[in-house]
Amino acid sequence: MALLEVQALSRSFGGVHAVQDLSFEIEPGKIYSIIGPNGAGKTTVFNLITGLYRPSSGRVVFDGSNVTGKAPHELARRGVSRTFQNLQICFNMSAVENVMVGAHLRLDQGMLGSMLRLPALARRDAVCREEAAELMRFVGVGKYIGALADAMPYGALKRLEIARALAARPKMLLLDEPAAGLNPTETHEIDELIQKIGVSGVTVVLVEHDMKLVMGISDRILVLDYGRKLAEGTAREVRDNPEVIAAYLGVVAKAAA
Amino acid sequence: MGRFRGLAALALIIALLPLALPNNYYYDVAIRIGMNAIIVVGLNLLIGYAGQISLGHAGFVGLGAYASAVLSSRFGWPPLAAMLFGMAAVGVIAFVVARPILRLRGHYLAMATLGLGIIIYMVLVNESAWTGGNDGMSVRPFSLLGLTLASERAWYWVTGAVLLGAILLANNIVDSPVGRALRAVHGSEVAAQVAGIDTTRYKVRVFVLSAVFASAVGSMMAHYLGFVSPQVSSFFHSIELVTMVVVGGMASTYGAVLGAAILTTLPQLLATFEGYEMITFGLILMLTVIFLPRGLLPTIAARLRKAG
Ligand SMILES: Nc1ncnc2c1ncn2[C@@H]1O[C@H](COP(=O)(O)OP(=O)(O)OP(=O)(O)O)[C@@H](O)[C@H]1O
Ligand SMILES: [Mg+2]
Repeated sequence: MALLEVQALSRSFGGVHAVQDLSFEIEPGKIYSIIGPNGAGKTTVFNLITGLYRPSSGRVVFDGSNVTGKAPHELARRGVSRTFQNLQICFNMSAVENVMVGAHLRLDQGMLGSMLRLPALARRDAVCREEAAELMRFVGVGKYIGALADAMPYGALKRLEIARALAARPKMLLLDEPAAGLNPTETHEIDELIQKIGVSGVTVVLVEHDMKLVMGISDRILVLDYGRKLAEGTAREVRDNPEVIAAYLGVVAKAAA
Repeated sequence: MGRFRGLAALALIIALLPLALPNNYYYDVAIRIGMNAIIVVGLNLLIGYAGQISLGHAGFVGLGAYASAVLSSRFGWPPLAAMLFGMAAVGVIAFVVARPILRLRGHYLAMATLGLGIIIYMVLVNESAWTGGNDGMSVRPFSLLGLTLASERAWYWVTGAVLLGAILLANNIVDSPVGRALRAVHGSEVAAQVAGIDTTRYKVRVFVLSAVFASAVGSMMAHYLGFVSPQVSSFFHSIELVTMVVVGGMASTYGAVLGAAILTTLPQLLATFEGYEMITFGLILMLTVIFLPRGLLPTIAARLRKAG
């Protein structure tokens, strides 16, 4: 059974049809990529799946239950986690605390217990801090464990967001352009990181413009154009699709040349 | 035990300060600093940590003060019971108004909390059968188990102890999952949401908590002064409290205490320029926001970190 089912999903902003009548399914444990030109609606799809936007019509079914229009924190509760194209880091906290925010749902949330710093809470918090540090090492920003978030460079912050998303122990992780703005070495490291995450059993949904990365690691690829599905299939099927070449890959190839 | 170092330092200051307090007038200033500091430590959780604003918190101080005044002096309740009832009632009121108010952002939130403060002030003025209206009412001294808090000295120690307790509770919150959720609401509300934090719920919780802190101090003030008037809940008092948070340091508990100390002392020093207090406050607020937007203590701490 599919982990995520998107059925006839649409969302418009005023006159702009950002996503139109879009349907697709994602199998558990797969790396599923969404590509398309700028403004194709990729981030909007993420925002619809994670509850930041409400759809104009259509349905989102996650893990067997209808989650259409549910609030983001409810989706997080069900196992959906994500990163952002434009960094969403809490610069008023340390790096490790940013990651610990990702683990929020697994920690004690009582007001009184927090005020009194009950021993059980303090103990779980210490374990959580250790796990967050471990996750920072896993994504390759171990040297910033003692740092404030606002002392970290851009590339490290992109990984910090991935660590925060993983701290939630999600079933599905959505990555919105994790390699944007990174140099080729860093992009290669992100490539390896995403594969490691995939191997660990988390379903990954990837939006990315770096075609080498996408073609190399995706089990399936969805191509969007003007909010509509242009094609869907394996890397090979998508790469050889004339419509896709005309609308998107041709442009990318030209830009790369 | 790094987490108790600041608290130990402050405890030492409170313990030694009486050596430098020549008479009751100075004790009075110290007590007022302590009481304001307790309110501001709570308000700083809302403003400094969670990044929300309230221009109406003096309203909650007023409600606490009048709960104690009316229940203990008119109905003969034991002062502690009146105080706790006031805190519970203010908690409920804050909870009920918080949800609609805290959906608002920025200017709208500022306006809504301003309106709330004004409504409370007007109620205290108008319900004169209970509150004595603009003339205020007298309040009997605080007593517990046959002991009465009468002298400045006694109030000094009680206020100091409550302040230390308030700081301990506030710092515990800051360094807990709840505290990180509050700071995440400030740092990136969408990041907080997708991490599973019900941001509205957390805004409500911290609003209620800070209101309860304010109410507790309102009760203490009423008994200490032996008198309350609606002025405790005036708009100017709300602005004073916010100024203390901003000047001392956003998201810094000890900064909040520093802010309370500076801005409580200053009007006493400026007492000869009666009428210019408001202008001074306004000026200090403007200068801080322009030159030290993070407030005194965080700025100093950052300078020291850089130098060290
Ligand atoms: N909140 C919004 N309000 C108005 N228009 C929006 C909003 N979000 C997205 N859009 C519009 O929807 C369309 C799709 O935008 P989206 O950000 O989803 O594209 P994208 O595929 O992620 O592009 P990119 O590759 O540049 O990130 C664009 O025309 C965009 O301007
Ligand atoms: Mg995008």
